[in-house]
Order: sequence, then C-alpha cells, then structure tokens
Amino acid sequence: MSTVTPTTPVRPRSEAVSFTAAKLPRFAPALVAVVAIAAAALPVLFMGAGAITWAVLAGIVYLVALPLWARAVEGSRGATDRLVTGLVWAACAVAIVPLVSLLWTVVDRGLPAINTTFLTFSMYRTDLDQEVGIYHALIGTLLITLFAALISVPIGIMAAIYLIEYGKGNRLARWITFLVDVMTGIPSIVAGLFAFALFILLFGPSTRMGFGGSVALSLLMIPIVVRSTEEMLRLVPDELREASYALGVPKWRTIVKVVLPTALGGIVTGVTLSIARVVGETAPLLLIAGLTTRTNFNVFAERMTTLPVLIFTQNANPGIAETPGGIRPGIEIAWGGALVLIVIVMLLNIVARTIGAIFAPKTGH
Amino acid sequence: MAKSITVDDLDIYYGDFLAVQGVSMTVKARSVTAFIGPSGCGKSTFLRSLNRMHEVIPGARVEGKVMVDGQSLYDSAVDPVAVRRQIGMVFQRPNPFPTMSIYDNVLAGNRLNSKKMKKAEADDIVERSLKGANLWNEVKDRLGKPGMGLSGGQQQRLCIARAIAVEPQVLLMDEPCSALDPISTSAIEDLIHELKSEYTIVIVTHNMQQAARVSDETGFFNLKAAGQPGHLVEFNSTQKMFANPDNEATEAYISGRFG
Repeated sequence: MSTVTPTTPVRPRSEAVSFTAAKLPRFAPALVAVVAIAAAALPVLFMGAGAITWAVLAGIVYLVALPLWARAVEGSRGATDRLVTGLVWAACAVAIVPLVSLLWTVVDRGLPAINTTFLTFSMYRTDLDQEVGIYHALIGTLLITLFAALISVPIGIMAAIYLIEYGKGNRLARWITFLVDVMTGIPSIVAGLFAFALFILLFGPSTRMGFGGSVALSLLMIPIVVRSTEEMLRLVPDELREASYALGVPKWRTIVKVVLPTALGGIVTGVTLSIARVVGETAPLLLIAGLTTRTNFNVFAERMTTLPVLIFTQNANPGIAETPGGIRPGIEIAWGGALVLIVIVMLLNIVARTIGAIFAPKTGH
Repeated sequence: MAKSITVDDLDIYYGDFLAVQGVSMTVKARSVTAFIGPSGCGKSTFLRSLNRMHEVIPGARVEGKVMVDGQSLYDSAVDPVAVRRQIGMVFQRPNPFPTMSIYDNVLAGNRLNSKKMKKAEADDIVERSLKGANLWNEVKDRLGKPGMGLSGGQQQRLCIARAIAVEPQVLLMDEPCSALDPISTSAIEDLIHELKSEYTIVIVTHNMQQAARVSDETGFFNLKAAGQPGHLVEFNSTQKMFANPDNEATEAYISGRFG
C-alpha cells in the first residue's frame, strides 16, 4: 500500500530573470570590416589579383567572420541576424555599384564634350571646319517623346479608369488586362515595324516622320501607363467613392473630381516612368523617324533624329581622329549625347516628384 | 422639407444571396429612427437600400417598394443620383476627401455638382453647415487646412457638415459613432437631437443606450439562423421597445439575454 505523501505545490525557486544578454560591442561590424579588407588584401598583394577580387574576398570574409564571432558571443539568433544584415547590405551594394560606375563613366567621358556649341548646333554643315552639335537630336527627342506622351497618357489613363471603375472584372476587362500584359512584352523593334508598316501603307513607301516614331513609342508606353494608373486607382479607398455618391455626385464626376485627384501623385510617377522607359529607345525610331543632320521642328514631315539614334550612329561611324590615336569625334559626341539624355530623364523625375508632392493627399498638422 | 419613407415588403440581395427579407415599415418625417440588431443581420444593408447606395456594390439588387413621399425609389425612371441628393448619408468611418481642405470638404456636395455660387454664398453655406454640425468653433480659424488633419470625432462631424450642406430631406447614419470616443459621441448625439427638427434621421447603431437616448422609434433586426436572411423582428416606439417590447426575442436582445 502506497502512501500518498502530501505534496505542497512548491514552485521551483524562480531564477532571477535577466533581460540582459551578451552582445558584441557596437564597433564590431566596423572592426570586422577593416580586418576583412586587410585579410583580403593579402592575395591581392601576393598574387596580383584585381580590385574586384579584393572586394568580393573582403565581403566573403566579413560574411563568415562576423556571424561566427556573433555565434560565440550572442548565440545563434544574433549570428543569423548579423549574417542576413550583411547579405542585405551586400545585395544593395551589388545593385548600386554598376549604376554608380555607369553614371561616373558617362559623366567623366561626356562632360568634356558639352558646351554651348554642342547644345545649340546641329550636325548639318557645309564645310568640314564647321562646329557640330546635338541640337537637332535634342529637339527630336523632346518632340517625339512629347507626342508619344500626348498619345499614350490619355489612352492609358482612360483605359485604366475603364478597367477599375467600369469593367470591374467583367470579361472585356479581363481580356484588356491580359492584352495589356502581353503588350508590355512587345520587343521595341516590333513596335517600330508596326509604325513603319502603318505609315508606309498610309503615306507611301518613302515616308519618314517623327510622328511615326511617336506612334511606335506610344505602343511601348501605353501598357506601362495603364498598369501603373490601374494600381494607383485601386489604392483609392471605396469609402471616398461612396462618400461622393452619397452626396448625389454622378459617377463620372466622382471619378474626375475625387478619384483622380486622390491618385494623381502616383499616376504622375507612373507616366514619368513610362517616359523614362521610352526616351532611350533606338530601334523603332531608326526605322520610321529616320536619320538626319538637320534640325526639324515639324513632327509630321521629314526625318527626325533623336539622342539614342544619334548615339547609335555616331558610335557606329565615329569618323577619324584629328590626331592619330586621339578620341574620334563621333565617340565624344556619343558620350556627350548620353550624358544629356540622362540629365533629361533626371530632370523629368524631379519634375514628377515635385508634382506628386504638390498633389499628394495632405495629412494636415 | 423633411420627408417620410414607407418600405413595403423589401427583399435585398447580393447576387443570388438574399441578405434581408420582407421588411415593411414607415419612417416618420422629422423624427429619429434607430435600427439595432446583431452584426450581419442586414441593418446597414437595409439602410443603404434607402438611398440606392446598395446597388453600388456589383451584383447587388432589391425587390419590393421604397416610397419617399409617394414616389417609388426603385422606379425605372428614377435617377439614383437625384435620390442621393435628397437622401444623404454618413458612414461608419469618417471619410473626408483627402485632397480637400476643411472648407472644400464642406462644399464638396455643391462643388462636385458644379453648382455655381458666389463667394459670400459659399462662405455662408460653410458656416451654417459647420455650425449645424457643432464644429464651427473648433475649425473656424483653420478652414484652409486639410480635412484629414482633424481628430476622428472632428472628421466625423465634418462628414455630417458635408452631408447637411447639400440640404437633403433625409439623413442616413450608418453607425456614425462606432469609431469615436464618448465625448465625440455625445457631441454627435446632441447634434442628432438638433437636426431632428429639420431632417428625417435614420441611424444604425450597435449601442442600445444610444438608440434609447436619441431615437423616437426603433427597429430590431435579427437573423433566424446563421446563413438565413435577416429580417425585421419588431418596429415600435423606442419607449415601448425598451420598456415592454411585443416580441420575446427583442426583450432578450435588449436585456442582454440574447439567444
């Protein structure tokens, strides 16, 4: 017979709960980074490896050493944290390094080419001693892109309004969405061939005009505008639409006065991105807008050159350097043109951000 | 200017799903009518069918009759936009237009319908509506500031000001105080008392004390069972409803012995 010993429920004496844990010193990442760079310098010194090998090696040493140290001091959660933080930083660096390098190269090589003559003279000359510039291509780029935007922004925004406000998942809307997605993948040369064929059928075999280029570019722009506008309109809460309906405002007025202004910042950003996407197109414009050395202000007649086309042709036929072994003139013009193009896109982005900030819904205070 | 609403055997659908079945009642002019009942029983759905906001949701439709002063709301010749101009609505969550200032929010109903008016007239409407909504003293010095910068309770009163600025005949309120603190709630209840003299007010609420405080008549909605359509259990004067209801289910719900 077993006796039941009366056990008083005694809680095990709780150990003092500690909220502090061992932690690496604040300077640990910096210290490991310095050591990693130094350690990776050894093979560079002894085996003559390049700077890229050095950077990659240093990165690997850092990603191994810091988590190991953290594991010893902080435990496995600390080690994982250090490892993933390191990986995220590395991914960021991998993404940014080519960009910075490209920008640096373009600024470095393009800047010497740029001066007032370069920006205000065309390539047209009657004498070999005359100065040349990219004015004709600058005007061409601005006009062709402007007309492409004039075509695609209204069509794109209105298509998105149909999809979100009226279509709401019906069969037609689903088909349009599908076709827009397919259009995003059209190779630009196909868009160029389409515009080329269209204008040749309409106006005869030797037709070349800037507007044809605008049509080709708008084919590339429309899907981007539709997609981005669609996303922005989707973000407008239904409560705002209902508030407007409840005031007795018709649907179309609700869209124009409430939905579009609320989404305007995002729509403007989407339009700018689409412009930035097409402003650098070369292939479609080579076909239908043609090549010229003169400045042409009329998009509906005669050939027009844009900056990307100019860069392409100058690079293909750079001419002969003045001094043997010097920079060939076409190459310098191409770098200068590339820099101007980047500056145009950058200015556009700044303008778009300003517009977006002005029209963004205000929170007050 | 206030009008009465007569509802006769109204069925409300979402697509094929019957959400509310067989509601008949008369909402008196210049009085406050409250709807109470558990969540999902169709109070808000019914409220939205009174100014044709229900059909904004794709696939939603109603069968039956809603008469406002002898006119059927669901006649094929009736323009839902015209209906909503006469029957305004305040929503559960305050929803001022984020792109507009306080001033423009109040005038939104007029401006969005591109009514031409002089500055003095517009100022007058803004002041009258904001005073009507008990908000004037708090915002009169910052009318140009965004409406989103106000507190939740102030935003809701701004929405009420916006709704009464178009001078509707009827004001529908869908749980207007459920997102507000007691002080803002009390401000809005006082406001409902004042508005009663000019407007017909229908309010949906989960707060039974609120229904008892503000309303003249009360309707109790309930579900027969989960998945069944909601229906109107009892419609009576508020006093009778809370003191001596006709229906046992109503008494059980009001006294908290629900089930």
